[in-house]
Amino acid sequence: MALALVAVLAIFALWARAPTIAAIERPDPASFDRSEVVRGAALARIGNCASCHSVAGGRVYAGGTPIETPFGTIFGSNITPDPETGIGAWSYEAFARSMREGVGRDGSHLYPAFPYDRLRHTSDADLRALYAFLMTRDAVRAEPPANALIPPLGWRPVLAGWKLLALPRTGPQAPQPQLGALWERGRYLGEGLAHCASCHSPRGLLQQEVREQAYAGGWSDGWYAPPLDASSPAVREWTAERLYAYLRTGLSTAHAAAAGPMGPVTHNLARAPERDVRALATYYAWTMREARAARSEPVLPDRGAVAARAHPAGAALFRGACAACHEPGAPMMVAGRPDLRLGSPLHQDNPRDTVQIILQGLEPPVEPNGPYMPAYADTLTDTQIAAVTAYMRARWGSGPEWGDLEKAVADARAESGE
Amino acid sequence: MSGIARRDVLGGGGLVVLFALAGTGIAQEGGTSGGGEGTGAPPEVAPGLPGSLAEFPHLDAWIRIAPDGAATVFTGKAELGQGIGTALLQIAADELDLPLERVKLITADTGRTPDEGITSGSQSLQNSGTAIANAAANVRYLLAERAARLFGVAVDTLSTVNGFVRARDGRQASYGELAASLSLHVEARPDVRRKRVAARDHIGRDRPRRDIPPKLTGAAAYVHDMTMPGMLHARVIRGPAEGTRLTAPDFDAIARLPGIERVVRVGDFAAMLGPREWPLVQAMLAVGRMPWTRSEAPLPQGDLRDMIRALSTEPDVILMRDTVTLPSVRRVTARYDRPYLMHGAIGPSCAVALWQDGELTVWTHSQGVYPLRNALAELLDLPPERIRCIHREGAGCYGHNGADDVATDAALAARAVPGRPVKLMWTREQEHGWEPLGPAMVTELSAGVDANGRIAEWTHAVWSNTHSTRPSQAGDLLAGLEVGRGFAPSPPRAIPQPNGGGDRNAIPLYTLPRATITSMFVPQMPVRVSALRGLGAHMNVFAIESMIDELAAVAKSDPVEFRLRHLEDPRAIEVIRTLADRFGWARPKRERWRGQGFGFARYKNSGAYCAVAIEVRIEPETGATTVLRADAAVDAGETVSPDGLRNQIEGGIVQSISWTAHEEVRFDAARRTAFDWSSYPILRFDAVPLQMAVHVVDRPGQPFLGAGEASQGPAAAAFANAIARATGQRLRSMPLTAERVRLALAAR
Amino acid sequence: MIELTINGTRRRIEGDPAEPLLYVLRDNLRLHAAKFGCGLGQCGSCTVLVDGKPVQSCITPMAALAGREVMTVEGLGSANSPGSVQQAFIDEQAAQCGYCIPGMIARAEALLRADPRPSEAAMRAAMRPSLCRCGTHMRILRAVRRAAVAMGGGIVDPAEPVS
Ligand code: FES
Ligand code: FES
Repeated sequence: MALALVAVLAIFALWARAPTIAAIERPDPASFDRSEVVRGAALARIGNCASCHSVAGGRVYAGGTPIETPFGTIFGSNITPDPETGIGAWSYEAFARSMREGVGRDGSHLYPAFPYDRLRHTSDADLRALYAFLMTRDAVRAEPPANALIPPLGWRPVLAGWKLLALPRTGPQAPQPQLGALWERGRYLGEGLAHCASCHSPRGLLQQEVREQAYAGGWSDGWYAPPLDASSPAVREWTAERLYAYLRTGLSTAHAAAAGPMGPVTHNLARAPERDVRALATYYAWTMREARAARSEPVLPDRGAVAARAHPAGAALFRGACAACHEPGAPMMVAGRPDLRLGSPLHQDNPRDTVQIILQGLEPPVEPNGPYMPAYADTLTDTQIAAVTAYMRARWGSGPEWGDLEKAVADARAESGE
Repeated sequence: MSGIARRDVLGGGGLVVLFALAGTGIAQEGGTSGGGEGTGAPPEVAPGLPGSLAEFPHLDAWIRIAPDGAATVFTGKAELGQGIGTALLQIAADELDLPLERVKLITADTGRTPDEGITSGSQSLQNSGTAIANAAANVRYLLAERAARLFGVAVDTLSTVNGFVRARDGRQASYGELAASLSLHVEARPDVRRKRVAARDHIGRDRPRRDIPPKLTGAAAYVHDMTMPGMLHARVIRGPAEGTRLTAPDFDAIARLPGIERVVRVGDFAAMLGPREWPLVQAMLAVGRMPWTRSEAPLPQGDLRDMIRALSTEPDVILMRDTVTLPSVRRVTARYDRPYLMHGAIGPSCAVALWQDGELTVWTHSQGVYPLRNALAELLDLPPERIRCIHREGAGCYGHNGADDVATDAALAARAVPGRPVKLMWTREQEHGWEPLGPAMVTELSAGVDANGRIAEWTHAVWSNTHSTRPSQAGDLLAGLEVGRGFAPSPPRAIPQPNGGGDRNAIPLYTLPRATITSMFVPQMPVRVSALRGLGAHMNVFAIESMIDELAAVAKSDPVEFRLRHLEDPRAIEVIRTLADRFGWARPKRERWRGQGFGFARYKNSGAYCAVAIEVRIEPETGATTVLRADAAVDAGETVSPDGLRNQIEGGIVQSISWTAHEEVRFDAARRTAFDWSSYPILRFDAVPLQMAVHVVDRPGQPFLGAGEASQGPAAAAFANAIARATGQRLRSMPLTAERVRLALAAR
Repeated sequence: MIELTINGTRRRIEGDPAEPLLYVLRDNLRLHAAKFGCGLGQCGSCTVLVDGKPVQSCITPMAALAGREVMTVEGLGSANSPGSVQQAFIDEQAAQCGYCIPGMIARAEALLRADPRPSEAAMRAAMRPSLCRCGTHMRILRAVRRAAVAMGGGIVDPAEPVS
């Protein structure tokens, strides 16, 4: 019996294994066209590659970033051209295969935390530019820690099965010339390399992106990535202009600051070509064109008195812990930073982002002089964060009261490793 | 026996012999009080005397001996966190020959201490320290003279030990008994010798700072911590930033808020008072909701540095030299500049004031209690004698920040509630919004090297507003402009050489056969600025020392060797050699994206010599700079407290890296947009150097040289030079942020 | 009314439950170690320990503290008998103006309680929320290292030797 299982697995593994692509000598950096390298640098920013392939204080693209998944921790790989620990021995074909099929040079399957299901839509020319860019980086010798996954996921051949079930088989999308070149560019980047849907869409049982519900909102790193479609909870229209400002500066004065995993995205986009960011803004303004705020921006009442009556404990906590920045008249408000009712978190159907921002605070996303918020994880208990969250929802939010907030806080703490 | 060991033996309560009077005067000149930042320092009445004795020659202005023999020492300088409180005690105890515990120090207080102007310009030890040292030597001598008469022996047969004068036959008299029949209201004599260097107990030794344990354990150490019976707290009501005003302030609404006892108004000046702080903090939200407008002309858009460069100037050629030399074969021309910077004290400005029986007392962290008193006297229509300004520590100020303004705010508030002390503190956003900024500056340099690799010619022009708007009259105070009495600010003035303001340290110490150095003083002030630690030295040394590296590069010389080639001053040479040696300059670790940089200056060309070497590593993808090491060597003349000196130099380097790499005040048309630490970020722990060492070159017996501002310029330059070495890219415009480094690399 | 423990003593504090701890400490209890720096949670000069964790008291309402344990720098030791971290700061003369230092001490204390053998990176990360304008950082780090050793923990990767 056991023998039979081993045999089946062996056959499966054999079937599942893709061929190895021969190692090459690291290409001479001087052999790449300079303009291609520059283009690749821009594409790498749009792809947000550095976020998963670098650790704070470490060399960029040298990997080691822990990525928490429901199945355990995966560490971002070293994508510098170091022949042993990076991708220095990878030919362009090996690189392109990894980006499109999620297979390493040695033929082993890559975990889908690496979003090849989206990156695969990238054109040959752009992949060549990315390759040129990566191959001209400094080769950094750095072995990322071993992944820590629940069994049997540590065994890579199972990923072949995952791909069979989860990888979409869509062909190229039909051009929509009537929407303009910028839109077209935005769709190309957004649906592919920028892989926005990877966070902003729900995932199925196998953690595969549910394509039919693309942009209906998803989860990333313990944060909720709100919908980018007609169900967008935003209370101010995401015009292309506002989205551009948001993606470029990490702050939309009609909405809020980029928080959580969106911070690094805006950090990179701020340094990407302006036109490409405009393209992304144009496209996603379009995907949200039917959203409620696009139809009419609601009046946003300040129900301070009502909320304080309903949640007196939350109101007191807010006055002592939050008002110094968030109450009208506070210096941050005088300076023109958006007030809490404008951000999506208080209008979402779950409290996760509100809770996460309270727990973790906010680092300035794009420039050092940007929005900053202290973390309250040690200051307030779960009950207290629940109380203040309920108060803010009642005061400025929309939608029904959030249920079981205390549990929501405990969950958020657990997920962010608090 | 080594010098140190000998001092140890003598330090253990050993006898210190007295010398006959010296034939000559004492080294160390008096100086312009406060590095030229002050206004109207008292006249020199005894120009032959050293340090501030020249202005206050009487011994009892500096030292008094109690009947129990303990001494009280008075200084007109203030403890700003630079540690002078302990350093001055070390000097006094040493020269008096008293145990350290038996000496107590009274700092800047118009009721008690001499008027030593402003505590600035790294001059506290130079002026006050020198005065106290010599006054103490005089006192010790007078005590001995008195004893000599008592014992009927010659004075030079006597010695002193731990508060006693002792004769050879064993007779002794305590300072207390001797002082009882001695008037110290006599002028210091210039011919009294100080202790021999070898006999000193405290000078040159590390003595733990007296103020540290209480500060670290919660004693009420700062003006912020003062409490007095019946005291009211107060907040001032203004627009959000300098150059703005509230358009329709509803003071009645404020007065009705819970916990507000009253709103004080004098013209447009307004403050709210109450017994507890929290209601005031909440009421500030109501103030924040009030409409405001810009009261001055709108600020021009774009970089204000370019505006400073374009405004009309009052040029002053401060150095013109024209020696015939070889012609230049390679030239470098470059502009270097810096933005407006903030002092950014961690604790906002604060003062306590009490108006009682027609007299005013103000507890203030102002750097100049006497000048503040004069300005307040005009503002409040009081004779200066009826005002007493007492220095109490605040958070470190690094120059002229809101201290004087807040003291004025507190005084106006207190006048409305006679008999009740009022503590008025600015909010964080008021501190960020209203403090006078460190001026933006532009320098343009052009220099050439000859065929032998020597500098052949050098021009340097520096555009800057004034570097001191310290108060000398009512209109120099924020509230002075609000009270509606027509007070106007003093006209902006340049601080003349040799101290210099914008042109401080614009004259290099290097040998320059042909040179033109011009101070382009810009009188028109688009934003209110004043003294920031180091004044123009930060900018000028950054520019000069960057240019030196650029020239060394075209001359294909090592930067340190190139500097030494152009220096004659042996102390400058020694400081540079010491640092190069200890840092291992000649054996750099060669690695991609790693580089070391050097910077040197003698502060004000008259203060401490300081060299800084920095090694950085750059992350090319982000431009992020890691400072791997930052070392310094410093010669501050005779070192009173080696550890205190290191502390100052270390702090100066870290602060300078913050200025140079991270800081910039930005503006929109209405105001500065920095209102807190998120909009004006400064260096945090994750970006400070990984290692730092400061090497002290002690010069026992030499005059004290101020060092509090000595490392700012050299550190800035060393940082820029290290980045240039690591990346091949020269950045000339501060701040040298990661983004600028990244862009420079991307533009290659 | 809020009941809590401050420096080991049970206290009942009357007043507005929204009032941040900082004002209660300074104005009611005359505990002056924690300082006002920004009131916005940005600078750390008001840092105290709550249940052993570093917390900015300027944004910690009394209402959040019922039944919890507050420790201020006064509770760690006195000028005559300083606590281990205070002693380490004194030994290193780790202060210039000193205004930020009580907050630094509280933060260092919390760090060493949670991690008696911090790495250099962990130490810098833990101290990051606190600002010092005098540039005393190098000494503060030396003091934290010294305290780690003195308290029986240690240092993992000394960037600078403990002097
Ligand atoms: S005063 Fe609390 S963090 Fe600044
Ligand atoms: S020692 Fe002055 S702010 Fe830190």
